Amino acid sequence: MSEWVSGVLTIACLVAVLAAVHVPLGDYMAKVFTSEKDLAIERVFYRAAGVDPKSQQRWTRYAVSLLTFSGIGIVVLWLLCVFQGRLPLDRGAAMDWHTSINTAVSFVTNTNWQSYSGESGASALLQTTGLAVQNFLSAAVGLAVAVALVRGLVARKTGLVGNFWVDVVRATIRILLPLSVIAAIVLLAGGVVQDLSAPMVIDTITGSHQTIESGLVASQEAIKELGTNGGGYFNANSAHPFENPNGFTNLFEIFLLLVIPFSLPRTYGRLVGDKRQGYAVLGFMAFLWTTMLIVITWAEQAASHAATGAMEGKEVRFGVWASALFANSTTSTSTGAVNSWHESYSPIGGGGALVNMLLGEISPGGVGSGLYGALIVAILAVFIAGLMVGRTPEIHGKQVGRKEITYSALYSVTTPALVLLGTASALMVRSAKGAILATGPHGLSEILYAYASAANNNGSAFGGLSADQPFLNLTLAVCMLLGRFLPTIAVLALAGSFAAQHRRPTTDGTMPTHTPLFAGLMVGVALLVTGLTFLPVLALGPLAEALR
Amino acid sequence: MATSSLTIGRQTLAAVRLFIILTVLLGVIYPAVVWGVGRVAFHDQATGSLIRVDGKVVGSSLIGQQFTGAQWFHGRPSATNYTGSTSGGSNLPADDKRQEAAVAARAKALAGLGGTAPDALTMSASGLDPDISPAYAKLQAPSVAKARGISLAEVDKLIAAATTGRDVGFLGEPKVDVLRLNLALQRLTAKG
Repeated sequence: MSEWVSGVLTIACLVAVLAAVHVPLGDYMAKVFTSEKDLAIERVFYRAAGVDPKSQQRWTRYAVSLLTFSGIGIVVLWLLCVFQGRLPLDRGAAMDWHTSINTAVSFVTNTNWQSYSGESGASALLQTTGLAVQNFLSAAVGLAVAVALVRGLVARKTGLVGNFWVDVVRATIRILLPLSVIAAIVLLAGGVVQDLSAPMVIDTITGSHQTIESGLVASQEAIKELGTNGGGYFNANSAHPFENPNGFTNLFEIFLLLVIPFSLPRTYGRLVGDKRQGYAVLGFMAFLWTTMLIVITWAEQAASHAATGAMEGKEVRFGVWASALFANSTTSTSTGAVNSWHESYSPIGGGGALVNMLLGEISPGGVGSGLYGALIVAILAVFIAGLMVGRTPEIHGKQVGRKEITYSALYSVTTPALVLLGTASALMVRSAKGAILATGPHGLSEILYAYASAANNNGSAFGGLSADQPFLNLTLAVCMLLGRFLPTIAVLALAGSFAAQHRRPTTDGTMPTHTPLFAGLMVGVALLVTGLTFLPVLALGPLAEALR
Repeated sequence: MATSSLTIGRQTLAAVRLFIILTVLLGVIYPAVVWGVGRVAFHDQATGSLIRVDGKVVGSSLIGQQFTGAQWFHGRPSATNYTGSTSGGSNLPADDKRQEAAVAARAKALAGLGGTAPDALTMSASGLDPDISPAYAKLQAPSVAKARGISLAEVDKLIAAATTGRDVGFLGEPKVDVLRLNLALQRLTAKG
């Protein structure tokens, strides 16, 4: 079997499984967020926390709950990072003060940018009770925000967007946790480790020594992919044989990181009472994902004709195709796990990964964040189309007026501003410039990739960057924080203002938002916004490299 | 429909309490359950797929090792020298001068074998790649056979035994497990 046949079959298998799973999972998630009943365990949680699950929140209250919850997450995680040396299961791992701030923000914002190395920077206790917990909670928060926006779209002048505590608890207990248990067991069977014993130093048959690491990896790996987090237990992330031992686990991990984002359009269709709406969003996401997959795979395949076979930074068991598939999927969701080093990719291959992030993580994007990102694109699309034909822009019978378009615009400019300002400032600081490994245009790509990754909450890196230093740690932390929570607040404000509106009846004058034409319009808007913003800097980075 | 009347203080308290409960569930109970399943049903995989010779652990079937000298099959170049306590790659792009020099040096070292293979010229992503391509194994076979004083046919047989095809027939790439191959080699020559 040729590499081509194997590669195409792998992709076909992935698409077929996703196509089969997204319907029941999407329907199930819709039920989770609309059910009137609380599970017994959830009632225990609500009672212990002192929240009333039947109460509903306005967007402001919802946002305050979310920020409080995330704020506590950051503080607790930071404390765990700082004091890991005095806590149980310590084996000498430690972080600098700026590294710990970066890490705490990184995991709570669903970014999982890692300026520490898993083996030497994080104890088993920190990984399991700190980092992995945020892998669940940050994904649950993303789901909550997406659902709140959809509720706003369907609400009839109530002004209410749901209950944050209920949304987070349900997302965790009913969706993320059960799926993670199943995924972790599959990964265990595939060879991923789950062990608490100390790293073992062995004598090899050649008379030298090797350390065999261990850790509670399978449980963390499952939610790392499923929650589109991406923080590796080990430094090499999903390239490490203990995180991703073979071709099967590789495909399974790609499936895990795509499954919730690609199922959420179905959930959205269910919640708005029109499945076709979901298909339009799904079509939009799938088109971008497929296009970029072709670009990255083509670039790597073309590069593999060299003597090195494009194998630098790739593992033999994955090869070029399964590495490119992973790279495209991890950067088009907000995952950022890697099974190969994107910095060693060809200019267009690595540049494709970068473009995926610059698109704003919408193809299909992170857990929750992908859906709300795509809906912002839909709102911009109805607005632009409305202006072109002189109709009042509407989505689901809700008017996109001055307030709504302002929030959408705020959402859309936040991350590009962070990426470009961050990149520009780093290039003016000597210590940051000194952290660049590559030379020439690739050096610019390295810095641009870092800020694109942080601001869009992806977490993958052009790993040559020596990012563990105060300037980069702190500015990247600011980008992660603002890149996550400013758009979140904009989305919730938007949800609130939609929720306060009546739902207008559909008339002949209403522009349909469920057609292939509309999905095409969304693609156009996404490409236009990204292109206008980033083409100049892409020309100086990856494009200049490719043309050299 | 009653709107929430929680004050900021009570919000914070609720957030802290919920955070603690969820941490116990997700950070303690969940990994413990998966650990338990690993112990009972997948003990070998969960503990690192260790290889034992005469009861002594000599490596993991998933983790590559450093081999030097003509009597062993060599794994891929590693950015971490297969120490195991760390992992990672070079991160160098193909057109970087340092990368070009490194590749040229590796090609030169391989010149005696009469050919080259992509995985022999490049560093893996993990620095712990347990595998090499069948092409690279084949390339090394004659010199290993010579150094060990055994026939090429015998070495080829060992390579075939250490080669695995694609998972489920189409996933990933065909590969040769270097540690397994070298262990077989050692067993064979120890017997002879």
